[in-house]
Amino acid sequence: MTKLDKNDRLIRISLLVVAFSAVSVLAVITIFIFEQGTPIMFKYGLRSFLLGSDWYPSEKSFGLLPMIVGSLMVTFGALIIGVPLGLASAIFLTEFSHRRLTRFLKPVIELLAGIPSVVYGFIGLMFLVPFIRENFGGPGLSVLAASIILGVMILPTVISIAIDSIRAVPDSYREGSIALGATKWQTVRMVVLPAARSGIVAGIILGMGRAIGETMAVIMVAGNAADIPGSILQPVRTLTSNIALEMGYASGEHREALFATGVILFVVIMILNTIANLTSARQKKR
Amino acid sequence: MLVRPKTEQKIVQALLYFFTSIAVLVLLFILVVILKNGLPQLSLEFLTKNPADMGREGGILSTIVATIFLTFIALLVATPLGVGTAIYLTEYTVENRVTRIIRFGAECLAGIPSIIFGLFGFILFVNKLKLGWSILSGGLTLAFMVLPTIIRTSEEAIKSVPQTYRLVSFSLGSTRWQAITRVVLPSAVPGIVTGIILSIGRSIGETAAVIFTAGSALRMPSSLFSSSRTMAVHFYILAKEGVSMPKAYGTAAVLVIAILIINLVTYYLMERYIQRKS
Repeated sequence: MTKLDKNDRLIRISLLVVAFSAVSVLAVITIFIFEQGTPIMFKYGLRSFLLGSDWYPSEKSFGLLPMIVGSLMVTFGALIIGVPLGLASAIFLTEFSHRRLTRFLKPVIELLAGIPSVVYGFIGLMFLVPFIRENFGGPGLSVLAASIILGVMILPTVISIAIDSIRAVPDSYREGSIALGATKWQTVRMVVLPAARSGIVAGIILGMGRAIGETMAVIMVAGNAADIPGSILQPVRTLTSNIALEMGYASGEHREALFATGVILFVVIMILNTIANLTSARQKKR
Repeated sequence: MLVRPKTEQKIVQALLYFFTSIAVLVLLFILVVILKNGLPQLSLEFLTKNPADMGREGGILSTIVATIFLTFIALLVATPLGVGTAIYLTEYTVENRVTRIIRFGAECLAGIPSIIFGLFGFILFVNKLKLGWSILSGGLTLAFMVLPTIIRTSEEAIKSVPQTYRLVSFSLGSTRWQAITRVVLPSAVPGIVTGIILSIGRSIGETAAVIFTAGSALRMPSSLFSSSRTMAVHFYILAKEGVSMPKAYGTAAVLVIAILIINLVTYYLMERYIQRKS
């Protein structure tokens, strides 16, 4: 073996080690979060954590149900707002709009994906919250406000992934459909969208992950009361905000309970990620 | 109810147009509000003075410096790891179980919420490694967060270098590593830089992961181990605690302008890159 060959082998091995950095980081994060969060879950029982509705850390009552329900509500709300708007925009930009308009609007939308989440939260706090308070009643800091802000925040994600998967549908599909006498909308509805379905679904799931995981923007507009909200005009606290709000001063079991919140969040996100990965892999295979 | 296909098409088209306008207008509204209220706050003084009286007075210099330090450390760590991973995945192996595990790890990491990174950084760097709330803890946490972005963009960039480049290099007697460092990487640089710039943007705007690792001390960072407050955290505290709305708008404007510039540069680089390829 020459010296160069030896060097090359050395390089291959070191690159393999480097290549495992991402996997190792993921493993270390998983281990740390679980190590910190699971002991207290088993000490007080998984049931009381997941189904208990009282969160009084000072009295050792760690029911996470309000936060779980809160996270689900705002995420669902975000999807109701973000998905129709995002899908409609993606369909419009790929199939109906003038090419020049698309070339201008797509980068603008992608640009907005880079705006920090705190800025979205701030805008919500300054404009949306007072608007809701004055027009619909309630404190304004509410499920509704959080849903709208999150819905807007996931728009860029949903739009750009949907655009990519609609564009990936071969033109021959469209031509075939038009040749059969279908209108453009019929073509989109019956041919293009079904063909792009798994990509679009993956985009929606990624948007959902972003909505569940968002923290600072939600804290600013959601009101953060640790109770199950009775209506969409009442304040709500999500899993992420629960961690961020109390991490600064929590200690002992209280801190462990916040890590337990992290464990639940982590599990939910991993399930969503896996589903998104599988659906987009399915589209690639086809 | 039966609608004629042509009428249906017209209705749908109008609806789509309407929805798209809402989406674009809402997003533009955010931009306009921040710039309109924030730009009047900006002055040389705002950028070159340290915050005083909890941020009610003065500028944001120390937070700008902290943001730059943190971002710099994040990229210093994440770039070699990310590019190395990408080189391994594209040049040194074929698709097999190992690459699938690596890719799966990177994709999962990309989906983890920033607050989880914050919790993790707090336990590992701040507590276990005893780095305390510091620029170093924050930077390392951010490095892990942007790692998947760098892997993905570098991989795309390296993959798009034509195979002939490598073959010619091999035929001249170069080793694999020589072909990579002298031929493949130089042609992939614009794509790799795009990923790095995107990561800079993400680091600048991050709050949840930073607030528990770098802390929120409002003073000029003096070393890697001093706790400090980044622009995004400063903005969050100003707005959330209602310290000073004008200063909050000013900080937000600086943040947004920085991110717009970063994205525009990325976009420009990508366009040029795509043009050169075709």
